[in-house]
Amino acid sequence: MRISLRVNGEEREADVWGGESLLFALREGLGLPGSKNACEQGECGSCSVLLDGELVCACLVLAAQADGHEVTTVEGMADGEELHPVQEAYVQAGAVQCGFCTPGLVVATADLLARIPDPSDDEIREALSGNVCRCTGYAKIFDAVRLAAAAR
Amino acid sequence: MLTPRSLDEALALKAEHPGALPVEGGTDVLVELNFDRRRPDAILNLNEVPELKVWAREEGILRLGAGVTYTEILHGPVAALQPALAEASRTVGSPQIRNRGTLGGNLGTASPAGDALPPLLVEGAEVELASVRGVRTMPLREFLVGPKRNALEPDELISAVLVRPSGAPQTFMKVGPRNAMVIAVVSLALSADRERGELRASFGSAGPVPGFVTAPIAERESFAEQVAEAATPIDDVRGTAAYRRHALRVLAGRALERCLA
Repeated sequence: MRISLRVNGEEREADVWGGESLLFALREGLGLPGSKNACEQGECGSCSVLLDGELVCACLVLAAQADGHEVTTVEGMADGEELHPVQEAYVQAGAVQCGFCTPGLVVATADLLARIPDPSDDEIREALSGNVCRCTGYAKIFDAVRLAAAAR
Repeated sequence: MLTPRSLDEALALKAEHPGALPVEGGTDVLVELNFDRRRPDAILNLNEVPELKVWAREEGILRLGAGVTYTEILHGPVAALQPALAEASRTVGSPQIRNRGTLGGNLGTASPAGDALPPLLVEGAEVELASVRGVRTMPLREFLVGPKRNALEPDELISAVLVRPSGAPQTFMKVGPRNAMVIAVVSLALSADRERGELRASFGSAGPVPGFVTAPIAERESFAEQVAEAATPIDDVRGTAAYRRHALRVLAGRALERCLA
């Protein structure tokens, strides 16, 4: 089936089959590999995107459920060559090791700061609890979130 | 893929395609699809059915549409009416999962570990089932018939959960290896209803369906033991039967302290 959706501000169309995930459609159909494909069961958060402004795991949404809706991926965060403040904070804090979890964490952090501009450590922990970093870089990730909050 | 835009259309499609798998947030169903554990003939996408997304309170009955998410329960006015359900919702998965996962999905999956089930059971919730033949309600206890099995007929959809908030002190507790992304090793909802002089408890992940135990408040000393004895846990990857029974006893003791304080 053919779906139409708004991705990163652009009207896009994709051909998907009924059981296909939004993540697969983004990566393989729409040429947006920023959202990472790892656990495919919502455990790791590396495919985190915003669906109609809500943080979701793209692997747990059917592509066809996004028909007529709006999706923001990590590719939609920067303004041209200028990084999003959260992306810049991750760079400045050195919060990236292998980088696989980074796109999901960046999207989840932006979602957190949009809701809670000055989060406590517990609020950061809760907001990022669905994003797993296996390089054990959480201390730097916390630094990045605090830096991004301070920069706002 | 079938995407109805109203409840009537959804029920007509379900009657026409009884094998179609209903999907709300997809947090359970997509795992099965992604891992090729299930290839349904058709998928019934319920995301565009507005009637399922709303909750209302009428004549003392709280009606929670099947498409209400954990995030909505947790951060909305429902939390004050169903505190144990709100506590349980907070323990579901992660923010990403809570934004998508729904009450109707939890009931449809009917897992013995379903986090919303024990709090709803202690509140005596009923399930509203709709089909082109009409609407019926049934107690949640009767709806859950086995591990991942419920009493839905092939042409029916879960339309809502109905509950008369007791207002009794209540709480929910869950044991797992971390505070997020946990399928309960064991879970417990407990309420101390002084008005009815009754203690009620329901537990998950310690039997084929969530258990239910009730006793007069006068039996508070033995109630934790009664809860542990009512469990029929098994050994599995998440824990042993002995640990689950022990943990339930401990949780019930703590929950009693909290609710009778």
